[in-house]
Amino acid sequence: MKSIGKVTGIIANLVIVETRERVAQNEICFIKHDDTRLMAEVIKIMGHKVYVQVFESTRGLKVGSEVEFAGHMLEVTLGPGLLSKNFDGLQNDLDKMTGIFLKRGEYTDPLEKDKEYEFEPLSKEGDKVIAGSWLGEVKENWIGHKIMVPFAFNGEFTVKSITKKGSYKMNDTMAVLVDKDGKEHKVSMVQKWPVKVPIRAFKEKPRPFKVLETGVRVFDTLNPIAEGGTGFIPGPFGSGKTVLQHALSKQAEADLVVIAACGERANEVVEIFTEFPELDDPRTGRKLMERTTIIANTSNMPVAAREASVYTAMTISEYYRAMGLKVLLLADSTSRWAQALREMSNRMEELPGPDGFPMDLPAIISNFYSRAGYVFLNNGESGSITFIGTVSPAGGNLKEPVTESTKKAARCFYALSQQRADSKRYPAIDPIESYSKYLEYPEIVEYLNKNNGENWTTNVWFIKDSLLRSKEVYEQINILGDDGVPLDYHITYWKGEVVDFVISQQDAFDKIDQRSEFKRQRYMLEKVVDVLKSEYKFESFEEVNPYFKRMINQFKQMNYSEFESEKFKKNEKELEVIIQERKVA
Amino acid sequence: MEKDTKAFQRVYTKLFQLTKATVSLKASGIGNEELAIVDGRLAQVVKIMEDIVTLQVFAGTEGIATDAEVIFTGKAPTLKVGEDLAGRFFNAYGEPIDGGQIMGEEREIGGPSVNPVRRKQPSEFIATGIAGIDLNNALVTGQKIPFFADPDQPYNQVMANVALRAEADKIILGGVGLTNDDYLYFKRVFDDAGALDRIVGFINTTENPPVERLLVPDMALSAAEYYASEKGQKVLVLLTDLTLYADALSIVSNRMDQIPSKDSMPGSLYSDLARLYEKAVQFPDGGSITIIAVTTLSSGDITHAIPDNTGYITEGQLFLRKDSDIGKVIVDPFRSLSRLKQLVIGKRTREDHPQVMNAAVRLYADAANAKTKLENGFDLTDYDERTLDFAKAYSEKLLAIDVNIEVDAMLETAYELFGKHFSPVEVGLKQEFVEKYWKK
Repeated sequence: MKSIGKVTGIIANLVIVETRERVAQNEICFIKHDDTRLMAEVIKIMGHKVYVQVFESTRGLKVGSEVEFAGHMLEVTLGPGLLSKNFDGLQNDLDKMTGIFLKRGEYTDPLEKDKEYEFEPLSKEGDKVIAGSWLGEVKENWIGHKIMVPFAFNGEFTVKSITKKGSYKMNDTMAVLVDKDGKEHKVSMVQKWPVKVPIRAFKEKPRPFKVLETGVRVFDTLNPIAEGGTGFIPGPFGSGKTVLQHALSKQAEADLVVIAACGERANEVVEIFTEFPELDDPRTGRKLMERTTIIANTSNMPVAAREASVYTAMTISEYYRAMGLKVLLLADSTSRWAQALREMSNRMEELPGPDGFPMDLPAIISNFYSRAGYVFLNNGESGSITFIGTVSPAGGNLKEPVTESTKKAARCFYALSQQRADSKRYPAIDPIESYSKYLEYPEIVEYLNKNNGENWTTNVWFIKDSLLRSKEVYEQINILGDDGVPLDYHITYWKGEVVDFVISQQDAFDKIDQRSEFKRQRYMLEKVVDVLKSEYKFESFEEVNPYFKRMINQFKQMNYSEFESEKFKKNEKELEVIIQERKVA
Repeated sequence: MEKDTKAFQRVYTKLFQLTKATVSLKASGIGNEELAIVDGRLAQVVKIMEDIVTLQVFAGTEGIATDAEVIFTGKAPTLKVGEDLAGRFFNAYGEPIDGGQIMGEEREIGGPSVNPVRRKQPSEFIATGIAGIDLNNALVTGQKIPFFADPDQPYNQVMANVALRAEADKIILGGVGLTNDDYLYFKRVFDDAGALDRIVGFINTTENPPVERLLVPDMALSAAEYYASEKGQKVLVLLTDLTLYADALSIVSNRMDQIPSKDSMPGSLYSDLARLYEKAVQFPDGGSITIIAVTTLSSGDITHAIPDNTGYITEGQLFLRKDSDIGKVIVDPFRSLSRLKQLVIGKRTREDHPQVMNAAVRLYADAANAKTKLENGFDLTDYDERTLDFAKAYSEKLLAIDVNIEVDAMLETAYELFGKHFSPVEVGLKQEFVEKYWKK
């Protein structure tokens, strides 16, 4: 029997419902309005008064409208067919919605319940299973989509029967499980899960010990992100956050990518809709869209659903992680989510924290980031969610609550700098301000040195140091003038510029340069370190600038040529000639 | 929505709470955001608590008595849309300023948003003739972009020029706190150009109550949606000045006792502005809404909450600057940015457009460095001298807002300037373009 209530107050999308029946915090309810039902979530209960946030516009809503509580929290539907989909924040399939404009109260099925999937059993009768155990597999694009024991199942079960290989619809019974009391439970391809509760169907979450190859040098070489790690990208508008996120979603070595477009521009999502079905995934040769799921709550869509959108995206990622897959989750932008929290907290007349944000903002953010991670599943396989969020700090000032809270939660910090963006040094990630804590993890260092050569991390620290020294002498040169400093200063400055131009900067719009695999990054790093460690002979400072500019230009030609191709080798030879001109033997 | 509102009208005469902007009374059966007439003034429901309804009176509550008549209309704010709109000017409530009636279908303003999967990626170039825009910051249909300008800059003039030259089927002017002088200026310019039949204006001038302004952009955008989505037309919406819109928002939120966030602005500023700007759209059947807005700055400060939030929403921004070397206003090539230009330049315009644009801006940056050197008393090289000469000519012939030429002519002019001051190596264009276009 579902609980029933009545609307007694309305302030924008905060609605007060009176009920004398059982309700739960975060329970979903539906408010009847004319012919539609508006979805809402309980956010506070005070005696018989229940405060709910409505995920839609409340225009025209009247006091006295009937409210029906759903008996569950906000949940998503998990099953084959989530990939390549465009969902809104509440997991409605946007492609199924009718008309050009979004209609209030229209909710669509996230999956295709009539589609047939080729099922192959992975377990047999008599197997002991627990939540998350793999019962079978269906093909979803190129991924072996695991049909699992629903995460909500508690304790151990025995497989009583499992459906034979063949094609089935998702609501067909795939297995019958028996619990310890002898009760039978049917399992289909589909299950539901509340988005705000982490899925814990794994054995262990170790410290990350592998690196996720992103193909972006300023990540991989300078500040690598661990597979299952967390990072964030704060930056003022116009500094290239979105281009960078798109680059990551295109190039990264992930099995699948979940993008939460949270409160950002609709045209940016349209760009993904338009381009990803056309672009090839360099790793599989298939279209990028086939490994991508988009959760779009653009800035003009209902604010309350913004918060839901990031949780929906995280839950879908956790679902695929439980299948032993490597998931990359991108959220653009978490600041919009925090602002949605602020708007609601404000309407509830809660005492505000800094800048009007709710007091528990840091806790909410760190809880969310903690859901990422590398896991060992109960069957010995592993899966991961690497999470990268962007932050849009007000006025580009990093000392604001969302940036500061996120800094405490995320292990990698990729600071986009306006100054670099202005001088067209892209990606505009400041190589000195940014950091990756993973570079200090012994297990990551070991991993990197094993895979990229024993000198890898030493070289990485060496070029980071060179960038820092370059910046320091640059300030000196600016104060004292070109001829007011020793010649060495100019050389030190330009050596840092070599690192900046050849490694930090990367052309996201060039076919070759946009993606740089580790093998290539290693080659270039060693080449750059060689140059940095060599000494050069100059008569005056005026010779330094043109010489290094030529050298950088030649290095860039290498970056623009296919690795180890004839063109690459030719450019390398020419570079060697330039180096030998002034190198002190 | 009830068609015959008369039958549903309810009249009350007992107000028990009045503030500067709101009145509260006991009433039942009232819908959220419903309109009412309070003592002859338009008001809107902003809060309902049991049987207590709070109304925001757009024109303010001066002189309203506790026994004033309150008539609920049973509907949210609407606009009558139809072919009749063209060539007319309206007030914030959608009533013709010059009196008379409009025939058309009544639509709620501030309606739902476009399903993102039903949008098309913008791809049509909008030529304005202004090289600072077309060459360096090309605009695209379906784009939203503001001018970030100090109040003393001629942004309204530039905007009027852009509107007239852009090949739009309709130009919709949303005047938010426009001075009466500027209102008359727009009217005259559009009239002189013989373009009045393509114009629809929604005007709130500084003489009108500030809270009324909040209706203007929604009115303008509802009219735009009618033409773009139903008639498949290319619509250009001009909104000036949205800083005053944000100020009106902060007045309301303050009177509703909401906790302000940065710069005394309401915490929902980002969503409020995004709701407007995101109405910019390219529909698959050719109709489009392009929004050009104005955000006035206080002495160039773009970290203030209004320009800052705007920058995160819009697809770039245009900056005007007075260039003292040539004594003209130019479109600043460094700070201006059109995020969508990549979708058209070199594709809808000549192939070498992106390269020429970048080369010219880079040389202009070199000139800026040379200038700094000069100011700091360092010696200039021959190259420095040449960049300074180039910069002056570039400013005069291309960046100035009084330039009005085709894109191809802009490119030709750029080559002329390159050839006069530099060698091809210094400009650094692709070899094939040098061979094809360089002026010998």
